[in-house]
Amino acid sequence: MSAIQEPFSEGQSLVHRLDPRGKIGVAALFAVLLATANNYATILTGLALSLVCLALAGLPLRKVAARLLVVNSFIFFLWLVLPLTYPGDVVWELGPLSASRQGLLFTGLITLKSNAIIIILITLVATVPVITLGQALQNLRLPDKLCHLLLFTYRYLYVFEEEFHRLLQALKIRGFQPRTNLHTYRTYAYLAAMLLVRSYDRADNVYRAMLCRGFNGTFYSLKTFSWQRQDHSFLAASLLAAAALGYLEWLQPSLG
Amino acid sequence: MSDALIVLENITFAYPGAFRPVFQDFNFQLPPGHHLGLIGPNGCGKTTLLHLIMGLLRPQAGSIFIFGKEVRKEKDFVAVRQKVGLLFQNADDQLFCPTVIEDVAFGPLNQGKPPAEALWIARETMDRLGLSGFEDRITYKLSGGEKKLVSLATVLAMQPQLLLLDEPTTGLDENTKQRLIHILQDLEISYLIVSHEHDFLNHTVRECCHVHGHCCQPLPPRPGKEPVSTCKKAVSAPGKEY
Repeated sequence: MSAIQEPFSEGQSLVHRLDPRGKIGVAALFAVLLATANNYATILTGLALSLVCLALAGLPLRKVAARLLVVNSFIFFLWLVLPLTYPGDVVWELGPLSASRQGLLFTGLITLKSNAIIIILITLVATVPVITLGQALQNLRLPDKLCHLLLFTYRYLYVFEEEFHRLLQALKIRGFQPRTNLHTYRTYAYLAAMLLVRSYDRADNVYRAMLCRGFNGTFYSLKTFSWQRQDHSFLAASLLAAAALGYLEWLQPSLG
Repeated sequence: MSDALIVLENITFAYPGAFRPVFQDFNFQLPPGHHLGLIGPNGCGKTTLLHLIMGLLRPQAGSIFIFGKEVRKEKDFVAVRQKVGLLFQNADDQLFCPTVIEDVAFGPLNQGKPPAEALWIARETMDRLGLSGFEDRITYKLSGGEKKLVSLATVLAMQPQLLLLDEPTTGLDENTKQRLIHILQDLEISYLIVSHEHDFLNHTVRECCHVHGHCCQPLPPRPGKEPVSTCKKAVSAPGKEY
């Protein structure tokens, strides 16, 4: 079985049954709102909302945690650097190094922000199969070229994964063992180059096959979406929540 | 000669940067109603021949006539591709839509059929090939044999008058091969098969020919026998083999 999987896209929860177009729109709105927010109250509310969504989607928490761990491993490096370099009131000193209160607060803000956004994307976007995602984006009138790029990338990702494993096996059966030497680097460079050349060839062949079937630059989609009553409610609730976040961020005197 | 489905006249074709041309003054003819097998060693130009017919490659010299009309420009070949179907050697090249039904309906939609009709044609074609129930399967998750049969469905859904098959049996098990043989035997259109498998050709075509740089040498389909080339250089009269 392939290593590329979509563990969150299968399910029967309320969140899974919502129209993908609504979910994409709401996820984009919240991502922008939270990314631009600078207020702890806003971001904590956003985080709480994202956790509510997560609970409603009923996703396997262990897998969600694994994804969050990946994101937070990047953020860990921010904790190493940012508090020490951000100018402000010194709260902690070690030799020439000093951490500032403002720096700590700022890093905390980024951590919460990123986690809230990722949880929202996992619950609203990762619950849509990639194929449906492409079709929904097309339906939302995003540029055709971008949608095709997404769909084709996804379709051929599997083929290249297979090809990559075949090449890797070809290396292994001839006794290749990665070491820190020029031979290893050269071999990996060949591997990458071969994959690139093959994908170029593949693209050429796919295009030819499409021409043979009368492709003239336009895709005609068979997929239809249906906007239901539950989608109305979801959109209304999300807009209210977004308005509340906006109020906390811009109209409420600072709490944090 | 004028009623032949395909006529290639004095074709010269070389790949850019190649040491020598694949075809030099090459002549070929496919009369209507024929089921023809093309054989020959690797690199002798069998696939190139199919791609020249479809206009995916352009010859440096010579003329191509399809259904009695000369084809030269991309516009001419666009019309040819509505009537001639090509089954690629690698099914992964052919199937690019997420689901099977979308892939099969892709050709009919390009032909300008309304979605409902395209869907109907797609379902009908899949039924005919014994693929009902595959509609919502994901194309990349199909097995090799299933991919091949679905590819064939995508081509047949365009209701071609002529079918070109490029090594259709590569990687197929005996069972799928038998299914393919039955499908081809039931087809009412002319087809051209490139294959290395004499056994498969014995069941699907009435005549075979051996592709050379200058012409196609007809030979009786005898399994396991290496054909002896009697092809002369610079054949001037097109299709005199027939």
